[in-house]
Amino acid sequence: MKSCLVVDDSKVIRKVARHILETLQFEVREAGDGREALDRCAEQQPDVILLDWNMPVMSGMDFLRALRQSDGGMHPKVVFCTTENGMAYIRAAIEAGADEYVMKPFDRETLESKLQIVGVA
Amino acid sequence: MNMPLQAPPLGSAAHKIVTLLEQRTGQHLDVGRAWRIDSALQPMLRERGLSSLDELVARIAAGGRCEEGLADLVVDALLNQETSFFRDAGVLDLVLTAAMDMVAEAPRRLRIWSAACSTGQEPLSLAMLFSEAQERSGLPLPEIRATDISARALARARAGRYTQFEIQRGLSIRRMMAWFEVREEYWEAKAELRYRLLFAQQNLMSDPMPSGKFDIVLCRNVLMYLSPAARSQVLNRIAGVLRPGGLLVLGAGETVIGHTEALVPSECYRGLYRLAAH
Repeated sequence: MKSCLVVDDSKVIRKVARHILETLQFEVREAGDGREALDRCAEQQPDVILLDWNMPVMSGMDFLRALRQSDGGMHPKVVFCTTENGMAYIRAAIEAGADEYVMKPFDRETLESKLQIVGVA
Repeated sequence: MNMPLQAPPLGSAAHKIVTLLEQRTGQHLDVGRAWRIDSALQPMLRERGLSSLDELVARIAAGGRCEEGLADLVVDALLNQETSFFRDAGVLDLVLTAAMDMVAEAPRRLRIWSAACSTGQEPLSLAMLFSEAQERSGLPLPEIRATDISARALARARAGRYTQFEIQRGLSIRRMMAWFEVREEYWEAKAELRYRLLFAQQNLMSDPMPSGKFDIVLCRNVLMYLSPAARSQVLNRIAGVLRPGGLLVLGAGETVIGHTEALVPSECYRGLYRLAAH
């Protein structure tokens, strides 16, 4: 079973994402901000991370940079999942090491197709 | 308790609409899909101030130029336009491999036909795939002809404009950045991509087929909606425009077997079909 870490400060979004991911046979863990997500990754590396941009404590972008710079060989696939849908944001995310990008709101088909594109579904 | 699904009663407005759809398109709206009639046509009824399907059918039956257009709109509303970018991506990769083999064997500009292209995601996916292959390996860009029975779907395909939901389905973010631009609330395919496609309205059952022969024809997720007789007719017509060595691509779960003797499974490209040797 593939694992996914859902990183979002909204409980509602985490709940929606968890529901979709579980129907796609993913084992799901959650984190409410980037700092907590780094801790979750240190405990157990997921296959893919669904990552919000704007969060308290540590943003998605800061988390991504920290993840990609870490020495632990942590290279899970990262799919940004955010309301920031401008081209400049998308470009910045890709340059920072994101593998895919989902613009909120999203549905099951969108998420499934993005997970297929990064090779985890 | 679930009630068993029932076909629209003979002579009812719903039955007349099912008959209209079948006559115009060859599509058979079976019992399991008949429920769509009401939901698909409700917006049209509201828009025209009609109170029921009976009134709609009466208006069409009254004849006249306007009513002929109304029948077209009814058919259009009932067609399933479900599609997405890079649908069954593995199949499109196989199409590219086959195309490269064809060009390696006899260098030329290939002709590809996306039959039943709906709102354009399939031909645009092909255009992206082949443009990227041209950049990588110098593969000549093929002529890509895209047709659909629905004027409404074709207008959207020509415009190449997609909502946020549509653009994200199946399309990688890198390809979206490379080939699309933001236009107000839509994502629009860049002109350089759209201009690589030739669009035309086409009823696969009755309109004259495009002229010339094609190297590859994609007709995916169409046969599944047709009656057995209509499937045979469409497959035989497509066989007539495939050049020797050409390939037909069907949707997952669709087959030529039992519907035509003009086409057989390809030995080289699993899941694709070629002309039968005579």
